[in-house]
Amino acid sequence: MSNNNKLLAVENLTKIFAIGGGFSRDKLVAVNRACFEIGSANSEIFTLAGESGSGKTTLARTILGLIEPTYGSIIYKGKDVTKIKDKKERMWFRKEVQPVFQNPFETFNPLKKVDTYLYETILNYDVANKGRDTEQVLKNILNSVGLSLQEIEGRYPNELSGGQLQRTSVARALITNPSLLIADEPVSMVDASLRMSIVNLLKKLKEEYDVSVMYITHDLDTAYYISDRIAIMLRGIIVEMGPVEKVLVDPLHFYTKLLKESVPEPDPDRKWKEEIKLSTFEAEEFARVGCKFAGRCPSVMDVCGKQDPEDVLVDGRVIKCHFYKKK
Amino acid sequence: MAVVKVEKLKAYYVTGIYGVKRTIKAIEDLSLEINKNEILGIAGESGCGKTTLTKVLFGMIKPPLTVLGGKVVYNLGDGNADILSMPSDQLTKLRWKEVSYIPQGSMSVLNPVRRIKKTFQDFIGTHRRMEKKEDFEILVRNYLRDLGLPLGVLASYPHQLSGGMRQRVTVALATILKPRIIFADEPSTALDVVVQRGVIQLLKRIQKEQKSTLVLVTHDMAVHANIADRIAIMYAGKIIEEAKTSVIFKGSLHPYTKYLIDSLPRIGDKGYRVSVPGTPPQLSSPPKGCRFHPRCPNTREMCKEKVPLLVDVGDGHKVACSCISDEKI
Repeated sequence: MSNNNKLLAVENLTKIFAIGGGFSRDKLVAVNRACFEIGSANSEIFTLAGESGSGKTTLARTILGLIEPTYGSIIYKGKDVTKIKDKKERMWFRKEVQPVFQNPFETFNPLKKVDTYLYETILNYDVANKGRDTEQVLKNILNSVGLSLQEIEGRYPNELSGGQLQRTSVARALITNPSLLIADEPVSMVDASLRMSIVNLLKKLKEEYDVSVMYITHDLDTAYYISDRIAIMLRGIIVEMGPVEKVLVDPLHFYTKLLKESVPEPDPDRKWKEEIKLSTFEAEEFARVGCKFAGRCPSVMDVCGKQDPEDVLVDGRVIKCHFYKKK
Repeated sequence: MAVVKVEKLKAYYVTGIYGVKRTIKAIEDLSLEINKNEILGIAGESGCGKTTLTKVLFGMIKPPLTVLGGKVVYNLGDGNADILSMPSDQLTKLRWKEVSYIPQGSMSVLNPVRRIKKTFQDFIGTHRRMEKKEDFEILVRNYLRDLGLPLGVLASYPHQLSGGMRQRVTVALATILKPRIIFADEPSTALDVVVQRGVIQLLKRIQKEQKSTLVLVTHDMAVHANIADRIAIMYAGKIIEEAKTSVIFKGSLHPYTKYLIDSLPRIGDKGYRVSVPGTPPQLSSPPKGCRFHPRCPNTREMCKEKVPLLVDVGDGHKVACSCISDEKI
């Protein structure tokens, strides 16, 4: 299949960080040969899930162009964006792909009024002329995220709730009429009672405004709720990727299984049963040769500690596991 | 039997800078009983006063936090003692030995320039006399082994450990003197699901083995479902519902609790979920009457004026909603 009709195709994307300086230089592969695609004919919500330190934020920042990849390519609408030199093209990419960040309280400068961000974005990207046009654009955008101009006009970030701020953040991202939103943990800092409103908003954007969303989270419950496809990351590697109904309801990779079992269920009749084994030292897992999960895997084999697992296609999803290759 | 009894507690944050006085009414007229050998979960959204409540329960009251009224009574077997009127040196004696506190973000409480072992030494040394160094070693090693933590952590510095491991070390540190009451404030919030499960199970195991009382504060209802015996739901500085875990999840009465439970997404169910309408109130000027009335779907005229009391509707299930208490009584 050609990559031209994909919205975003990431191929072999790798980011290696150097840790320490001088003689004790160590390598940390934060993102390891990531390959995935988002959206083609229809918009979709693609979730990237994993524990902290699994490299999901690094991956997102690399796609946004905030971090330069070590190698690999990011092809957006048929164009490799890692090789863009032209200022105009870069501007085009920034217009097309917009971020929504994790902590709404830190996204906005506390000394600046919230609406200045919106006005500035409109002017910087030439979305509307100065004057009445701007206000009309702003009203439409705010309306689509469920806010009104009166609610935020002239307000400072501390006067708004986390939910309102996060909506404003989404509204700001929508101003340039992007095709892809990259939302890095957009609900983890929002109050429990308002969380679902943000999640529903992302869903609405996909359905009504045809915006694809790359939703990055560690919360599998909301991931299941909104996404179409999901990729599970472990120590920089995407270990399982496929339709969310398959991956989360009936996980195959042993790490996904462990993750799913560990999600506490809001039902007092279904508590955790057995106690679990935890990884003691994170860095050890990063440096492990072969499968990174081998140290904790219940059905570990000899080959797991020696060879990197290859992609296997099982039941409509891609899995990196030696166990399934055998069959 | 109640180990901790809270009566009509009123705690505000009072600040006065350049003559501008500001009060945040964090806890208003709150009564609560915590029984022996139980896990009580306290739930609520951020800014509802959960952390303030645990601080007051532990007697850690420092300005701007001011207690304006009420009592917090401990009953540790040798009579009742109101910790709010207790001299501070007596309170210090109770701490960590009888009552323990695991603060929010506690994985950063460890001293970064001291090995874990030294931290244990400092901690135990100030509360218990250790004649011989060997005794101390044996105590710590046995305890860590019981909890299933690797002994290798003792020789490490905090930065060498992962977040989850640091959190478990802090839990071990807070419980090594076998306190009878443990207050844990969001012990698993910044952690990943797998590690969270490890920490919660560790807390549960400690509670079960030492037969202590655990007060677990977290906003995550799913964690409560897994571990708590009883749950108290807080909203804007008040407890609005209190019942056994199964009752909260299956037969809650307060509209806020219902919203909270219904809004939880579950794997395997893609049904539409809504969040609570409106926004949480500012505690500097909370709404009159029932504090939930601006967001409540069935607000009546009286809700705007009358403050609902926490009423027992049977079998220890308490609700503060005038709509419900009127029907039942």
